[in-house]
Amino acid sequence: MSKTQLPGIIKKAKDKLQANWVQQQFDAVGMRRDLIKTDELTKQSGDFLNQFLAGVESGNMVDIKSPAWAPALEFLNTISRQRERMGFSPSETAQFVFSLKEPLFAQLRTDLKGSPDELIEEMNSATALLDKLGLYVTEVFQSAREDVIKRQQEEMLELSTPVVKMWDGIVALPLIGTLDSARTSVVMESLLQRIVETGSEIAIIDITGVPTVDTLVAQHLLKTVAAARLMGADCIISGIRPQIAQTMVHLAIDLSAVTTKASLAEALKVALQRTGHRVVRDVDVK
Amino acid sequence: MPTLKSEVLPVVSENDIVYVRQAVRKWAIEIKCSLVDQTKVVTAASELARNLLIYGGGGEVTLVHLQEGIRNGLRVIFADQGPGIPDIEQALKDGFTSGKGMGLGLGGAKRLVNEFDIESEVNKGTRITITKWR
Repeated sequence: MSKTQLPGIIKKAKDKLQANWVQQQFDAVGMRRDLIKTDELTKQSGDFLNQFLAGVESGNMVDIKSPAWAPALEFLNTISRQRERMGFSPSETAQFVFSLKEPLFAQLRTDLKGSPDELIEEMNSATALLDKLGLYVTEVFQSAREDVIKRQQEEMLELSTPVVKMWDGIVALPLIGTLDSARTSVVMESLLQRIVETGSEIAIIDITGVPTVDTLVAQHLLKTVAAARLMGADCIISGIRPQIAQTMVHLAIDLSAVTTKASLAEALKVALQRTGHRVVRDVDVK
Repeated sequence: MPTLKSEVLPVVSENDIVYVRQAVRKWAIEIKCSLVDQTKVVTAASELARNLLIYGGGGEVTLVHLQEGIRNGLRVIFADQGPGIPDIEQALKDGFTSGKGMGLGLGGAKRLVNEFDIESEVNKGTRITITKWR
């Protein structure tokens, strides 16, 4: 392959290219004028064009992971993450790179009018290059999204395990949502920790917020109960709804070794009785 | 038997099990299953999807909405290309497990649904079909 003429062509018509490209982006269907201002986009386009030129000048038209392209990638990385935060969709974000094709090709057509072979060759390499850069933008966008999801998952894990003190010697753990193994170990840990801290004799595990109790969930519950018992605390499982009870019977899950109650209120009543408390209602108060 | 619609869900991670449960619950509500029946079929699907992942190394779950005369049904098929089950009768027995679970899932799932069918070939894979009629 002969040496590419792209750098010369871009350099010569840079201002025109930039103007056409910005225009192109604003004319594109789905351009988010509400999210980005003209001067900002013009500046971004100018910056990228410079870095694109620097990359092309290195002569490496194939491997965008080479050092010559590092500044361009770095710049796209910033833009992509910024646009993800601003609420652009992945294709709107990738459009930034892909929309350069049309003005660039128009320029190539004008400059290489006399030599169709060269024109085709330059267009091919430019297209391949811009495709790679566009895909890179999408990849970065995707990974920015994944970062958000991961952070949310970690936040949820932290939120989902409050162990509350109900009375002296009584703690309760209201379970909510799916009990997969990662969460269960966190739940178990914080319950056992709170039993030690509060010196509780009774722990109430409330499963009202658990939509499905299958054998794995039951196994986790029984293990937690056994561990609590080893630490000298008795467990009461509450919040077993009728449909869950029927399902557990079919699954042949044996919870007879554990005190179970239909509601948290019932469980608290039992717990108070066991710790020697009595709830008395004052007759004078209505 | 006419099939009204079907959907295929891949199961390759723990999160997919949650998704299968949600999808089965949604479909069970669509065919107007009672709350108890919803819970039963969702629990059975949860057991089998987990088996699919842990013992079968992942696979596919297919949901099918059936209609036979005036009754509607939800069929869920769990297919993997895993090691297969050498002794199905033993696997269905309560308390038997080749892993770390309670050994109640497979037999329990069978009791939770109306129809239960299991085909398995060692080193080829396992295919379990459950159907809940309303």
